Formats: sequence, C-alpha cells, structure tokens
Amino acid sequence: MPTISDYMSGDHKACDEAFARAEESVAKGDWAAAEAGFKTYKRAMDRHMAMEEEVLFGAFEEETGMRGAGPTEVMRQEHVQMHGLIDEMKTAVDAKDKNEYLGLAETLLVMMQQHNLKEEGMLYQMMDQVLASQAGDLIARCNAFEVASA
Amino acid sequence: MVSAGLNLEQAPPISVPARFFLTAPAFVMLAALVMLWRGPEVFGSRWAPETLAIVHLLALGFLAMVMIGALMQMLPVLAGAPIPWPGPVAHVVHGGLTLGTLSLAAGLLFGEIMLLKVAVWLLAPAFLVFLAAMAASLARVPVFNITVRIMVLVWLAIAVTVIFGLWLAASRSWGPAPFDWSMRNLHPGWGFFGWTGLLVIGVAYQVVPMFQMTPPYPGAMTRWFAMAVFAALLAWSAGTWQEAGGLRLAGALALALFYAGFALVTLDLQRRRRRRVPDVTLLFWRVGMLSLLVASLAWTASVLVDDPPASMAVFLGVVVIAGVVMSVTSGMLYKILPFLAWFHLQARTGMGRQVPNMRQYLGEGLQRRQFWLHLASVFLLAGAALWPMALSRPAALLFGASAAQLLWNLICVMQAYRRQFLLLSGAADAH
Repeated sequence: MPTISDYMSGDHKACDEAFARAEESVAKGDWAAAEAGFKTYKRAMDRHMAMEEEVLFGAFEEETGMRGAGPTEVMRQEHVQMHGLIDEMKTAVDAKDKNEYLGLAETLLVMMQQHNLKEEGMLYQMMDQVLASQAGDLIARCNAFEVASA
Repeated sequence: MVSAGLNLEQAPPISVPARFFLTAPAFVMLAALVMLWRGPEVFGSRWAPETLAIVHLLALGFLAMVMIGALMQMLPVLAGAPIPWPGPVAHVVHGGLTLGTLSLAAGLLFGEIMLLKVAVWLLAPAFLVFLAAMAASLARVPVFNITVRIMVLVWLAIAVTVIFGLWLAASRSWGPAPFDWSMRNLHPGWGFFGWTGLLVIGVAYQVVPMFQMTPPYPGAMTRWFAMAVFAALLAWSAGTWQEAGGLRLAGALALALFYAGFALVTLDLQRRRRRRVPDVTLLFWRVGMLSLLVASLAWTASVLVDDPPASMAVFLGVVVIAGVVMSVTSGMLYKILPFLAWFHLQARTGMGRQVPNMRQYLGEGLQRRQFWLHLASVFLLAGAALWPMALSRPAALLFGASAAQLLWNLICVMQAYRRQFLLLSGAADAH
C-alpha cells in the first residue's frame, strides 16, 4: 500500500511534468498548445493544493492539535502565494506575453520546488507517522477528489 | 519547534545574504588586478607569494563568501533549520571575513608578518562564530535527512580546513610553531575535496532536480556517496600525514573516481531533464561539471606521475577554482538573489498585489553575457597555467571583466529591489 508520502510526492511529479510542458510551449511561442498546457497545469495544481487543504491538512491538524500555527499553516500561506503567481501566469497566457510568462514561471518554479522540498522532506513524513492508521482512507479520498474547473 | 523549520518567514532579511553576494565579485576583481600586475609569475608555482595571495582572495573572498551567505539563507530550506541571530552573525562573519582576507592576501603578497597576524585574529573569530551558528542550526533540525547529514560533514570539513589554515598562517607569522609539511597539502585538500566538494554534492542533490526537473540522483548514491567521499578524504589525509604512499595513492584515486563519477551522473541527469527552456544556471552547472571531469583527470595524473611539473598544480588549481566552483556558485547566484528580491517584496506587500517577477530584476541577456565572459576566462586561465608568458595578462583582463559583469548584474538586482521597495513603502504611506 502506498504511503501518503508516496502518493503526494508522485502528484508533485505529475504537476512538475505539466508545468514543464506548458512552459516549453510558451517558450516555443506555440500559444494553442500553451493555452491547453497551462489549463492542464492549473487544474493539476488546484487539485493538489485542494487535496492538501481539504483532506490531509485537516486530518493532520486534528491528530496533532496543531491548528493555526503549525507547519500546515505555513504551507497554506505558501499556497496563497503560488495561487497568486498562477493567476498572473493565466493573465500572461491570455495576453500571449512570453517574457512575462517565463519570468513568472521561473519565480513559481523556485517557490514551488522549495515548497515541495519542505513537504516531501518533512511534512509528508510526519503525516506518514501520525496518520498511519487512516492513510488508506485518506488516499482513497484524495484519489476521488475533483475540483470545479475555473 | 517543527513549524520554525518549515516557515519561510523565518528566512533572514535580504541584507544578510546580499552583503556576502555583493562583496564576493569585488574580491575576484582584486585578484584579477594582482594577476594583471604580477603577470606570468602568478602561474609559475603554487608557492609564489602572488599565487598564494590570489588563491586566498578567491577561496576566501569569493568562494567562502558566497557559500557562507548562501548557507545562512538556504539552511532553513534545505535542512529546516534557521541560523540563530542572523543579523549579528552576518555582521561579525562578513566583517571578519572581508578584512581578514584582505589582510591575509596582503600579508602573503608582501611577506608582511604583522598583516598575517592581523589576518589570524580576524579570520579565527569570524569562522568560530559562523561554525557555532551553523552548529546551533543543525542541532535543531526536525528531521535528520540526507542533506542534514552532508551538512554535518561540510561543517567538519570547514573546521579542519580553517584549523590547518590558521596553523599555517600562525607558523608563518609567529613561528617557529611545530610545523608539519603535509599540512600544506592537507589544508587545500580539505578545502576543496571536503568543504567545497561536499557542499556542492549536498546542494546538487536538491537543486539539480529542482531547477531543471531532472530525475533525482539514484537513491543508493545519495545514501552512501558523501560518506564515501569523506572516507576517501580521511584515507588520503592519513596517507599524506604519515607518508604512507599506498594509502595516500588509494585515497587520492578514490577521490578522483568519486568526483568524476559525480560529474558524470550530474551531466547525465541534466541531459534527461524535463524542463527544456534555455537556462543560464544550467550552462554554468555544465561548465562546472565538465571542469570537474578535467580536474579529476589532472589530479589523477598528478598523483601517478613521480615528479609532476609545477604547472600541473597550477592548472589543477585554476580548473577547480575558476572552472568548477566559480561556475557553480555564479549559476546559483542568478537563481538565489532574484528569487530573494521577489520573495521579500512579496512578503512585504501581502496578498493580492503583484511585484516584479524574477526576470524583471535581471534580464537573461546580462546573465548570458557574464556566462560567456566567464567561460572565456576559464579557458584563458587554464591556458595561462601552461603558457604563462603569453596568456597571463589577457587571462587576468578577461577574469576581471567577468567578475565586474557579475558584480554589475547583482547590483542591478538589488537596485531593482530597492526601487520597488521604495515604491511600495511610498504606496503604503499614502494609505
């Protein structure tokens, strides 16, 4: 059975893949592919962050009693920052502004990878420990999770 | 306690790393000036006074400067452990390192014993404070992961390098201290194979997959590799110290093999990267790893040959310092400083307001120009090690130009940051 770490780290990879594909299309100036690629990427990111905020973080906070000040709170704040950058990227895709998109993408990349590093290196491992008994159930809920596409 | 490690808001103010990053290229320019002034003598032997001065301007003034600044910034992210009292620590370490390096280089260049003594009194406390702060940070890590383990080895290597260095400086100035000749090889050995090499390995594990979206380093490699390098360094050191030829040779060859292997694996991962957009940092890393291959070959040759020519050691030093370490650190600076500018402005404005993205602090064009200047200077410096009469001064000019461009680029980032900062403060006051 996969752990929460395995499942969520795997989803990071899927998001990265979508990020790279969209960025490459923008760099090539292939705006049709860029638009579709960016949409896929945004949906993957929205879903990933929502799974954390609506399924995993709550369970972790309940189990540890760390609500409002713990590691999950910091991750939530960083999610807000990433959503902000992704929204700006959407504007850049709509405007077909290559430089703006690539600059934002680079900024998001550094932000997102540090964020992932902290989740994969620490938070998910802590979740594996404290949420071990409910892991199967939580992963099933994550799997079934869908976000309304914007 | 756990949240402290995860909280990016505990990152030190931008002035903490920025002062290290902006000082560093100035030391390279100074080294280039000495090279221009003394010309071919610089490349004659690693023991020449001007050579020792230049090596320390680069190793302490640039490499240690950037690495310490980056560690103060990156430890919270890489290891989940903030440095305590970042402001005061940065003051003491940056001040001591800057003045101490100037004093040491001048002391070595002019044979001034008084200056060497001053250097010891400045550098010793600077490193003591830095090592204490780094130890305090590592002692509080929430998860003892592979990066943290490598950082512990790096800490040990810094301590050993500094102790040997202080010992050498003390025996030159206060002398006649008990002096062991092997220390003249052990000091740079621990500096490059230990401190610098292990730090590059530890950082590479995280940032190579991160920036280019490459596959991760093989799990088996990340687990044992850094320890194996450290063990080989210990074997080489013991062999050098005890003049046990077999052990020294085995350790030296193992080091060459490990570092060449690391370079090949890194180049292979980068070849398989998922992120295909052009990236200056990637170019710098590739030059660094190719130089590491060349350096491993040159090192192997120098330990296998009975009486290697003096130019061999000079060539090795050039390839390692300019080719490997300066490439990798410059590439990292172009990611770290613009990101920090964005990050701190973003944290200041709060949510919902846009601040310039990374490329708006520094365009790709300026980074690229510095990359080509750097690459050309690496070739000329390596050439000057072999043909000093013809190439030492052109190499010095290009080396200085590359450093000036780097400094200019970093100043551009900080100026754009400051403009935005004032703009945002003005906007905040108006409300």
